[in-house]
Amino acid sequence: MTPVSSHSGWISRNFRELSVAAALLLVLGAMAAFAPAFFQPQPLLSLATREAPALLVACGMAAVIITRQIDISVGSQFSVCSVCAALLAARGWPLPAVLLAAVSLGALFGALNGMLVATLRLPSIVVTLATMVTLRQGLNLVRQGEFVNLPDRTQWFGLSQTAGQITLVTSALVGLTLLALALRHLAAGRFLYAVGSDAEAARLAGIRAQAVTFGAFVFIGALTGLAAMMNLVQSPQVQPLTGMGMELKVIAAAVVGGVAISGGRGGLWGTLAGFLLLACVAPALTHLHIEAYWEKAIQGAIILLAVVADGLRRGRKARA
Amino acid sequence: MPAPLLELRQIAKSFGGARALKGVDFDLQPGEVHALLGENGAGKSTLIKIITGAHQPDRGSIRVAGEAITELTPASARARGIACVYQQPALFPDLTVAENIGLRLDSPTPLRRVDWPARRDHARELLDRIGAAIAPDAEVAALSMPEQQLVEIACALATGAKVVVMDEPTASLTRQEQELLFKVVRDLRTSGVGVIYISHRLEEIFALADRVTVLRDGESVGTRPVAAIDEASLIRLMVGREVTQVYPPAQGEPGGTLLSLRNVGCAESGVTGVSFDLRSGEILGLAGLVGAGRTELARILFGLTPATSGTITLAGQEIRPLSPPEAVAAGIAYVPEDRRRHGVMLDLPIAQNATMAIHPQLFRGGWLRFTAETKLALDYIRRLAIKCTGPDALGGSLSGGNQQKVALARWLATRPRVLILDEPTQGVDIGAKSEIHRIIRGLAAEGIAVLLISSDLPEVLGMSDRIGVMRGGRLVTLLPGGSDAQRVMSAALGQEAESA
Repeated sequence: MTPVSSHSGWISRNFRELSVAAALLLVLGAMAAFAPAFFQPQPLLSLATREAPALLVACGMAAVIITRQIDISVGSQFSVCSVCAALLAARGWPLPAVLLAAVSLGALFGALNGMLVATLRLPSIVVTLATMVTLRQGLNLVRQGEFVNLPDRTQWFGLSQTAGQITLVTSALVGLTLLALALRHLAAGRFLYAVGSDAEAARLAGIRAQAVTFGAFVFIGALTGLAAMMNLVQSPQVQPLTGMGMELKVIAAAVVGGVAISGGRGGLWGTLAGFLLLACVAPALTHLHIEAYWEKAIQGAIILLAVVADGLRRGRKARA
Repeated sequence: MPAPLLELRQIAKSFGGARALKGVDFDLQPGEVHALLGENGAGKSTLIKIITGAHQPDRGSIRVAGEAITELTPASARARGIACVYQQPALFPDLTVAENIGLRLDSPTPLRRVDWPARRDHARELLDRIGAAIAPDAEVAALSMPEQQLVEIACALATGAKVVVMDEPTASLTRQEQELLFKVVRDLRTSGVGVIYISHRLEEIFALADRVTVLRDGESVGTRPVAAIDEASLIRLMVGREVTQVYPPAQGEPGGTLLSLRNVGCAESGVTGVSFDLRSGEILGLAGLVGAGRTELARILFGLTPATSGTITLAGQEIRPLSPPEAVAAGIAYVPEDRRRHGVMLDLPIAQNATMAIHPQLFRGGWLRFTAETKLALDYIRRLAIKCTGPDALGGSLSGGNQQKVALARWLATRPRVLILDEPTQGVDIGAKSEIHRIIRGLAAEGIAVLLISSDLPEVLGMSDRIGVMRGGRLVTLLPGGSDAQRVMSAALGQEAESA
């Protein structure tokens, strides 16, 4: 009888994700040994709170990359959503309404990207490059770099700072868990992998591949809107350059976490591990009293290592 | 007699375990048109690729103009005057005709001045030589297919080719364009060039060629002067192989009519006026050459390129599938050809591959039932004897035959009434092949109506209760099961073989 699913099978199937998690544990272990100050609760909570919005965008990016697409306009989407939400909040809109508006606006941008990519079959890197530049420059043109001051009630949803921080981090992690479950247990999740693995085969299997691609872009757009909202409540004002460079951060997290850029492979737990590993670099350097200039170099090296590992594995598979 | 332009002795070539060529002799004299004939998969393309240096033979010797060649590469083949005109011209569409010709001609030094006027003049001279009214400054993308072929021939001449290979050059040409091409080929022959001419159209071979070599199963079964052979004996040479495989026998009589096509056609895919009845439990084989419209017919039935004319009736109800989900709902399943590209997803586990087409059943309230999925996958692994480590094994880890079984499992899971199989045993080893044949027979015995598309003629003959032959988008004849190969091949090639 064929074995259904053995322990070693689970490890070998998730080897890529597990090795990233192991690297993360190694870094944390090194910090515990050489710079235990890293684990002080308050700075750690602040770090987690700062990073929570981008984590959600990284989840959306994982979904988009799994369908063999990419969205490099998330940073600009994030900025526009942030500024618009801030303006609405400043006008006295209640927070739930602002939240809904931010998510809808993000979903709308995603729908625009998705429509161009799915129905016109344009390459997503070009489409989202165009929307990235358009949204960024449009925002600059309209706002002229002006900051938006936020009313006090938006700060930490009107809670105390610690309570607000805990709320944000918890909701990001709960969100990630729900999304990971959805990716595994919902038909829609299955469709993402099928389309990313082979869009034509998916179409022949009766899956509406274009609708799935469209949906992935709407999904990341909505998450970006939500992330903008989570960022908004953390500071007394919003500056229009917020979110600049976010696309690289979240793509790197997904790729380091084992989401294959060629589609069809990867998941959110791996993305979380990749995200945390990259996010640890800067604070770890600070605590180890290493110059901050090393941050980008080390992050780059991690990404390179992940890509090379994937390349070697694919090469082995092709030769086998 | 001068040395032959090209002399191949005992050429053998294997791909993996499959022996594509098993010791083929072939020669080409100056001023000769030598036709190469054979069924799909007989080894013609492999032989051509060896001649043009794209593949290296495992065994055998090659002489070009009398000189023994140890290793022929694409560059050295070109340098020795061997050129190939492919069915789909391999030109740069965004460049002009003169630029395309110039690129083949120029030395590959990156830093050198391009003499544009000389290039243009040279192109014009070559085009004039073959009687082509094409402007050297025309962009290739704007040219018609035959014009592009003429440019390919001009390119071949530009390199001073002594050996020109033409791979089905008339496949997309009209009658007049063919005549022009024939004239060019005859002019080439007069000027001492040797032409290797590949075509499925026998009348072209009789109109054009001096000698013909027939390949069958990777072996040369004979080289004859065209003047000394007739069509019937040529066809006999092509198909006259021993049936080496035993096919499982039909079990019981087919039931009542399940699927009826009346004058079904589709303007987009070039299928016209197809009518037949398919009974439940019946295997209807579809024979024909590549491009005869068999896959196109399957795609119509599966709603990929919906029919634009005619009626399709399934179990007494008229259907008109406009998309694969509609076809699946009606009870039609299609296992496409080329399973690596359109069938099995190599990155996904067997279980997901097998349940890909039945999401509505598998997801209760949108929530996946993993136990049901695993159970279903295990069930098919057992029923189809899929060799794997378990339902979690990735599609890419399986052998070709087992991948095909996974593709089959996906569609059997939809519980189809009509199953369309497109080249189900292509690239599958012999053991897995007979297993798949046994499975197909078993499915027919369960009452599924099977439409079996295959370019493997013995397979069609051995497996089918009836055999439909397609040519040029039409179903030209329906033959009873057990018809002989020659009759089927005659119909597929377009020789008049009236159905009895």
